[in-house]
Formats: sequence, C-alpha cells, structure tokens
Amino acid sequence: MTSTQWRRRVFKPAVWIACLTPLGYLIYSLYLDLGANPVETITNTTGIWTLRLVVFTLAITPLRWLTGVNQLIQYRRPIGLFAFFYGLLHFFTYFFLDHQFDFAGMWEDVRLRPYITAGFTAFVLMIPLALTSTAGWIRRLGGKNWNRLHMLIYITACAAVLHYYWKVSIKMPPTNPTIYGAIVAVLLAFRVWRYFARRAASEV
Amino acid sequence: MLIKKAADIRESEVTPKELLVRRREFIAAAGVTAAAVATNGFGAFSEDENLLAQNPKAQKFPELKKGGPFNTDEKLNSYKDITTYNNFYEFGLDKADPARYAHSLRPRPWSVVVEGQCGKPGTYNIEDILKWAPIEERIYRLRCVEAWSMVVPWAGYPMSEFLKRFEPTSRAKFVEFKTLVDPRQMPGQTEPALRWPYTEGLRMDEAMHPLTLLGLGLYGEVMPNQNGAPLRLVVPWKYGFKSIKSIVRVRFVEDEPLNTWKQQQAQEYGFYANVNPQVDHPRWSQGSERRLGEFFRRKTLMFNGYADQVASLYAGMDLRKFY
Repeated sequence: MTSTQWRRRVFKPAVWIACLTPLGYLIYSLYLDLGANPVETITNTTGIWTLRLVVFTLAITPLRWLTGVNQLIQYRRPIGLFAFFYGLLHFFTYFFLDHQFDFAGMWEDVRLRPYITAGFTAFVLMIPLALTSTAGWIRRLGGKNWNRLHMLIYITACAAVLHYYWKVSIKMPPTNPTIYGAIVAVLLAFRVWRYFARRAASEV
Repeated sequence: MLIKKAADIRESEVTPKELLVRRREFIAAAGVTAAAVATNGFGAFSEDENLLAQNPKAQKFPELKKGGPFNTDEKLNSYKDITTYNNFYEFGLDKADPARYAHSLRPRPWSVVVEGQCGKPGTYNIEDILKWAPIEERIYRLRCVEAWSMVVPWAGYPMSEFLKRFEPTSRAKFVEFKTLVDPRQMPGQTEPALRWPYTEGLRMDEAMHPLTLLGLGLYGEVMPNQNGAPLRLVVPWKYGFKSIKSIVRVRFVEDEPLNTWKQQQAQEYGFYANVNPQVDHPRWSQGSERRLGEFFRRKTLMFNGYADQVASLYAGMDLRKFY
C-alpha cells in the first residue's frame, strides 16, 4: 500500500474507532447494567473523554516536532472534532437532564458557579473551532488567521482542567485533575518554549 | 447490663481465630467469584440475589418492628442501588469502591468505646448493643450533599435509647462519633484522602431526637459492610456525610466537635449540614436533587422533608451562618 492508502484504509479508520470506543463502551455498559446513577455515569464519561481528546489534539503538534512525523497533523482535525462531539454530549446531558432545556436556569448556574462557568467557557470556545474546521474555512480565513483563531483551544484546555478541578472535592495529590493540569501545562509550555526559541533564532 | 473491658492484648492479635475467619472469608469469596462467573455465563440468578449471595453472613433480624410514624411511603431504592452506590472513602473515592473492597472489614468482633461526660463510660460489645432496644424498620429519605438522594429501609433503634445507657451528664452538650481506623480492614485509609478517623458530631438535642437512628441494618438484614457495618448513625434531615459509619468511639463533650468535612473545607461544609434548598453549596445548587432511579431532578425539601419534626430545634438560628 502507498502511504495515502495506509492513511485512508488503516490510520483514519483506526482513529475513528479509537475515538468512538469510549462511547460504544458507555452504551454497552449501560445496556448491561444501568447502575444506580446512569446520568452521572454518562456525564462523567463524556466529560472526561472531552478533556482527554482535547489533550490528544494538543499533543499532536509537539509530537510532530519531536518525531518529525509530519503526517500526524492529519489526525488533529478528526480528534478535535471528536473532542467537540463528546463535549456536545456532555453539555446536552447537563442542559437536558439537569435543566430540562431551561436556558434561564442554566444561565444562573453559569453565572453563579465557577466550575460551571469554566466548563461552559471550555465548551463554547470549541464551537467556532468545530465550525471552521473545514478546508473551505481555512481558505476563507487564511492560514494565519485560522491558526490564531484555533489558539482558542489553549483556553478551552485550561478551562476544562479548572472545571474538573473545581468539581471534585478531594484535592489530595495525585488526583486526576492535577495530572491533567500538569499534562496541559507541559503541552502549552512546549509551545511557549518553541515560540521564544524561534524568535531567538530569527534574531541571530 | 454487661460492660466488657478491653483485654490488655486484643483477641485479634493472639488468636488463630483471625486466620480462621480470614480463611473462611477467602473460601466464601472464592465461592462468590465462581458464582459470579457462573452467573455471568448463564444469567441464572437475578443481580439482587447475586448481591445477597455476596454477603453470606447476612442475617435477617427475626423480629423487625414495621410501620412506624416516621416512615415515608415513597418508592424504595433497590438493595442493589443502596449497596453499590456509596460514599465511604475508607474504601476508596469511587462510589463503586465500597461494594468492591468492603469485604475486608470485619464487623465481628466489634466494640464501641464510650467516654467523656457520662456516668457509664466503658467498652461495649456489638452483641450487647444489638439487644438494648427492639429493632425497627425506618424508611427514610437520604439526601447527599452532592445533590442525589435515595429512599432506604433502615433497621435500627432510636439513637436516644443507645445514648441514654451511658447516662450523659448535664455537661454533655454534644456527642462525637468516630469511625474505625485500620488500613488493613479499610484499604482507602492507606491514602490521606481525609484525615482519619472520620469524625462526626451532633448537638445532644439532635442526637436524642426520635428521628435520629442507630442504624444496624437495612432491608431487614444486618448492615452490609459498605453501608457502615456493624453500626452507624442515621440522621435523615441532614446531608448524608453527617451519618457516620462503622462507629468505634462515642464521646460526650462540652464543645462542638470538629467534624471531618468541616475540617477539610470549612467554607463548603459546616457542623450542622441540615438539608436546606435555600442555602447552596458554594459549588452547586442545593435547590434540587436527583433521586436515584429518576432521570430529572426534583425539588429538595427543607430539612429533607422532616421540617415538621425538626425545624423547632433550630428556631432563631441563622441557617445561612450555621450551614
């Protein structure tokens, strides 16, 4: 197979399958046993997978730098869109089952509760990224503007970590929110370092 | 009344009986595993039967007084829900952890040390405690501070019957309870998730209130380990964390005890922790809750629906301040 064929026949489907597995597993486990609090199970699973996939998209660029495998960039869009997909499920579980689509009630939550504010921010900032993910939009915006717009994912990642951190009561190390926070910090620090390294190089 | 003093060397330290008990538990656990494999393979038993089988020592209370005035007629949550969805950090932070790991707790032999401002301090055995009053069924709502709730058919007797035995003096203004600390029995205690031992307390009038229960079981059986065997507190008008489990120490004191969650995060959890839809948790609303088994949220009731019985205890108190 040529590399294009590999990509089309193997890697792309593998990414799709990998990204859909958590949802499949969630549906399967709820089918086997709804458990005492299925709403909580759905909320927690969709939430954590949103954060995980956001972390994966953030990891792609540093991985490219480290490995030199530029083709990795081709998987950033599907993974990012799946992150948005899980975020959408997470948001609608909350909006529907907690607020029965009552916008005023939800807005009060968003205003009053920092962890909801953070989660809502993380989700809302993903909407323009999902909408402008097509080749057409990249052309329309121009690569530079598009890149700038998509830096919003950095805010989404930080807000998502905060959302998670503020939600859980037990903050003893090493809890999960701390670990995700550390990973996001490293991935963002990479970009800062790269930015200054490049600037220094261009000044020489 | 029989008051047994603790021996200098604890029985569990010298006797091969412990090994015997462990061996029995191991054999029982192996049996359960085999049964579980068989069940999953052939689907022969219902899940509830399977869960009951996991607790082979479960004994029914032979004479259970039913139908008291405080019982709610709401739909009961299933035995399975009540025994697989627990906050009991001594066994781990996940709600499924207690059901998974609480088999290592040994509810017999068990004794409770009573101390402080009372006429009859001492060490009391669970076998005796079980006989101090007729055991009755109490069907109560349980409202967790995390905004979920369930309906539990507890078995037990009024806490007042228990505490009266120790003849608290007039200087006893509060009663403090402590949970067992033993990381071998409670594997979650190897982590400093909370400061062990878990500590809770009540004002004496709260503790002596007829709604307050010494919980000894549920669904007519002795308390499952994951629900706080062999004895626990049940205070239905307060958030669940007040209802301390697996009690080994009772102390009558003059000053308000510092309960574990208040010690952990005082801005979020107070001493009183009365269910109150008007006073929100800083991170979420307490105005509504999700009853396990229901999809949408329902309104939370003042004092968890027990206002007629307990509101007078807090007359004149600012419940926003004393949350």
